[in-house]
Amino acid sequence: MNFALDNLLGFGNLFGNLLGKLSFDAIQHGPVIAGAQVSLLLGAMGTVALLTYLKRWKWLWNEWLTSVDPKKIGVMYIIVALLMLVRGVVDAGMMRAQQAVSVGSSNGFLDADHYQQIFTAHGSIMIFFVAMGLMFGLINLVLPLQLGARDVAFPFLNSTSFWLFVAGVGLMNMSLVLGGFAATGWLAYPPLSELQYSPGVGVDFWIWSIQIAGIGSLLSGINFLVTIIKMRCKGMTLMRMPMFAWSVMGSMVLVIFAFPILTATLALLALDRTFGMHFFTATGGGNPMMYINLIWAWGHPEVYILILPAFGIFSELVATFSRKRLFGYSSMVWAIGAITFLSYVVWLHHFFTMGAGGNVNAFFGVMTMVISVPTGVKGFNGLFTMYRGRIRFTTPMMWFLGFVVTFTIGGVTGVMLAVPAIDFQVHNSLFLVAHFHNMIIGGVVYGYLAGITYWFPKIFGFKLNERLGRYAFWCWFIGFLLAFIPLYILGIMGATRRLDHYDASLGWQGLFIVAGVGVMVIIAGIGFQVLQLIVSIVQRKSNLDTTGDPWNGRTLEWSTRSPAPFYNFAVLPVVSGHDAFWSIKHSRAKETKPEYQDIVLPRNTPMGMFIAGFAFLFGFAAIWHIVWLAPLALVGVIGCIVIRSASDNTEYTVTAAKLAKLETAYAKEQAA
Amino acid sequence: MNSKYKLAFLTFVPIGAVLLAGFFIRSRDAAIFNPQGVIASQQRDLIVFALLLSLVVVIPVFVLTFFIAWHYREGNHKAQYSPNWDHSRWPETIWWGIPLTLILILSIVTWRTSHELDPFKPLSSSTPPMTIQVVALDWKWLFIYPEQNVATVNYVPFPMDTPIDFNITSDAPMNSFWIPNLGGQIYAMSGMSTHLNLMADGAGSYRGVSANISGRGFADMSFKAKSLSYEDFDEWVQSVRQSRGNLSANEYNRLARPSQNNKPASYSSVEPELYNKILMKYMLPYNQLPKAERL
Amino acid sequence: MSNTAVQPVETAQSMEHDNDSKTIFGFWVYLMTDCVVFASLFATFAVLRTSTFGDPSGNELFSLPFVLVETLILLTSSFTCGLAMLAAHRKDQAKVIAWFGVTFLLGIAFLSLELTEFSHLAHEGNSWTRSGFLSAFFTLVGTHGLHITTGLLWMIVLLVQIAKRGLVTSTMRRLTMLSLFWHFLDIIWIFIFTIVYLVGAV
Repeated sequence: MNFALDNLLGFGNLFGNLLGKLSFDAIQHGPVIAGAQVSLLLGAMGTVALLTYLKRWKWLWNEWLTSVDPKKIGVMYIIVALLMLVRGVVDAGMMRAQQAVSVGSSNGFLDADHYQQIFTAHGSIMIFFVAMGLMFGLINLVLPLQLGARDVAFPFLNSTSFWLFVAGVGLMNMSLVLGGFAATGWLAYPPLSELQYSPGVGVDFWIWSIQIAGIGSLLSGINFLVTIIKMRCKGMTLMRMPMFAWSVMGSMVLVIFAFPILTATLALLALDRTFGMHFFTATGGGNPMMYINLIWAWGHPEVYILILPAFGIFSELVATFSRKRLFGYSSMVWAIGAITFLSYVVWLHHFFTMGAGGNVNAFFGVMTMVISVPTGVKGFNGLFTMYRGRIRFTTPMMWFLGFVVTFTIGGVTGVMLAVPAIDFQVHNSLFLVAHFHNMIIGGVVYGYLAGITYWFPKIFGFKLNERLGRYAFWCWFIGFLLAFIPLYILGIMGATRRLDHYDASLGWQGLFIVAGVGVMVIIAGIGFQVLQLIVSIVQRKSNLDTTGDPWNGRTLEWSTRSPAPFYNFAVLPVVSGHDAFWSIKHSRAKETKPEYQDIVLPRNTPMGMFIAGFAFLFGFAAIWHIVWLAPLALVGVIGCIVIRSASDNTEYTVTAAKLAKLETAYAKEQAA
Repeated sequence: MNSKYKLAFLTFVPIGAVLLAGFFIRSRDAAIFNPQGVIASQQRDLIVFALLLSLVVVIPVFVLTFFIAWHYREGNHKAQYSPNWDHSRWPETIWWGIPLTLILILSIVTWRTSHELDPFKPLSSSTPPMTIQVVALDWKWLFIYPEQNVATVNYVPFPMDTPIDFNITSDAPMNSFWIPNLGGQIYAMSGMSTHLNLMADGAGSYRGVSANISGRGFADMSFKAKSLSYEDFDEWVQSVRQSRGNLSANEYNRLARPSQNNKPASYSSVEPELYNKILMKYMLPYNQLPKAERL
Repeated sequence: MSNTAVQPVETAQSMEHDNDSKTIFGFWVYLMTDCVVFASLFATFAVLRTSTFGDPSGNELFSLPFVLVETLILLTSSFTCGLAMLAAHRKDQAKVIAWFGVTFLLGIAFLSLELTEFSHLAHEGNSWTRSGFLSAFFTLVGTHGLHITTGLLWMIVLLVQIAKRGLVTSTMRRLTMLSLFWHFLDIIWIFIFTIVYLVGAV
């Protein structure tokens, strides 16, 4: 074996160690982590028990796991994302609890290494699995319907993307049981994340869970962009698309140009750690600053990827619940374009303190500030949509108002952070932490929660309980302020982020306690949302959406019934302006009998799941250096792709007659 | 609760909370608002300026949000209802134009201050500057005084009203050297030497930290910075020179091994060119370094 | 819901046609993402090109004549790929398989030469663990080589499908994408040849 292969650390004798670095030592123990492991186990066992008791395994397989219907895929994305939200918030709760008590001589209940793993996991989970999951989930649910299409451009790819996402979730959660996670912060800067300073498998778990999920995201980006460009219904020019579709387009353009950078960068870090290369190592000619540039060249567009669809959702909401056309449509489109473009030229503001010098820092600072202008424009257009409208304060509308207020505060602190000289004083302090949570919670989370409430009836056929939704909103709104205003103060007092303990003399404890209370209020909000779901399901008969248009909506998704049929529309719509459904509702044209045609739809398939399963095995093999498994898993992925490409039978037809039958059956049901 | 109160709560309580936070900060030793040095003072002024400029947009937004939401609620039939009114030139001009103008103003300020407050920029003063070399280790800070040939751990005294040119590197993962009372931070990176120019106004004792996670003992990487009168500083240097303890290459290698909660310590003499040798470690393989430059 | 305009036709045939345009557009978008991956690797190479950690610089490691042969092989393979596509549009199945067969062999030749260069460097002590520069070199050129390998695998699979089904809509579409991929890799190689080998030698 040539000596370069000897550098595959841990291999030594190629077949001597069947399980690579994996051994019983890898099992994580400790009281807190045992709690997590037990929860995982109980959750898994409970789900298995429930499915067995209700005899729903076949149903699960046929209706959900192998489905290529974007509505089903969207629901699955959201379920996984919400489960990960629970884990992420529990992580946050532990962090707040630790910082509330670890003063002076007390070291809290978490040791430094564990605490550092928790905040690394918290950040990674929230960004990659909660925010991205909710986003792709909502896009899957809504985009084809809004465009008057039956499906996304590449349904099989869609399914594969979802299962790759799940594979990433699986690897991340496996680290709770085996091996432990990275303790480097959610972006794992080298040299800390290199082998020299992180010799365990934690960083490898981080790399592979994100790499695999990231490839899923990249494929989705391609999928949704092609959907928007190629699958709009007749008459829907780009300038007649709903604002949500525009915002998704901007976001997917960002995905396409940013995620490959992440793929490349993670690969380079993996090469360093697995094959002893020197991209980012401290010595050997490595350049950690290159990693920081690359990762933020992805990272900054990433946050705009997350926020743009949320902005789009708010645009839809504000028009519907003000019963008025969205103000400044073209202006809004230009604003999305400006934000999309500017996202690519601001990344250095994440490391003004790395010493790039006055000219470079100033350029990126100015570009960063400029982004606030189109962002503000979107806010103002929203307000002027409300102006001279007739506003209904439904739960989604409350989320919008909460967003305007919360996001504005975050925007102010953002403009401050954009000034390099100010940033030197608040970089990596809790002021920074408060700012980005302000944007992500106030913008992304509020937007996606509002979207779930708004579109829930379209997918499930009944509305969510309004009162509980409102309680949840107030808990989130007040909880956020309680949890993060103290962090702004702490940052100004010189508190850095990621500290597992601090001196009593600093006088910080009171503020950490208030922040802890804030997290508990947010958890109460989530409690209300869980309750809301249960109560809504129990009371669904009294909240039925019988018309398909529960909110008096303006866009095409409301023109089909609720829950939307698997073919979306019996007859594909033809459109002649904005707010297509509004025009249809208020036009005086006579209702003609619909002319049904044969519909071709993709068949369900487990292949996407299999591909992701093999990808999971590859990640597992890479993490634990299981030499024989890696190439086998790779062959598995390739084999699945080849088999899929050879299959002829990937579609089926719903004949016009069948369609007519389904539609009449539904009409009869409604009459009854 | 009446909708009006709910709306008022929603829009104005956050502003209230932020204002309360501001008063809270003023009343405590909020390091960034309690500048003790030339750089930190200018940074504090910048923060206030940026905040006031933002308020020009923020206050109208909050007021508008409240009034529009309240006045145009569905129940209010006196309000004008124009369901199809969806564009108008003058509001667009205002909300593209005014923020752009404000950003233009802030951009000019940004350009200027990014250069004036650049950490690498030497400070102008009639007093000659002093150089202190800083090495981030796991998990403590080493300070080398090349001009005085002494060194300290986790404790860095220097003369007041004197420009200090900190030369910063790391023999550990990336850290960030930060003394909030005196000015902003800069990264400490192995194989690189960054600069931070600070000057303290008068005597004082300040907290310093690392602001970038560098491993398990990261939370313990705080150090004490102290500005002294010239006489006191000279006295201190003399006292250190009397003590025992030479920071030789061997002693340095021992010090560089991971440790936490290091008590402040001092060394009466330092290995020649220690800082450069630490830098060179990362530039060439050990056996390619000239013997004189090896640690 | 009412309308008087003509309904879009949803027959299987029209769906196929739409499929073509959609799928090929999607493939172009995928190629752009692949371009960004390579751009990241090029940027990394550019930054690390002087990070030889005490080694002599890269120029001395590379043999330009050798690389020129590799380039000519790859350029020729693009040409034969083009000939294959012309045959495809003429529905000449035998020629398609023949020309792609030649393309495949040229691809194998390219890979063999590349692997020879790599193992030669490694045996001399200049492997990817030696310095940042060498890590960047092996990764950039190696990633291109991995893509070539994928393309060759794709060729085999597609040629088998053509032998079985003939030149139908689906295989024609896949041929279009494969040829796009192959030409794309050729363009990337031109950049590698220029930035890694030529610039180094000047």
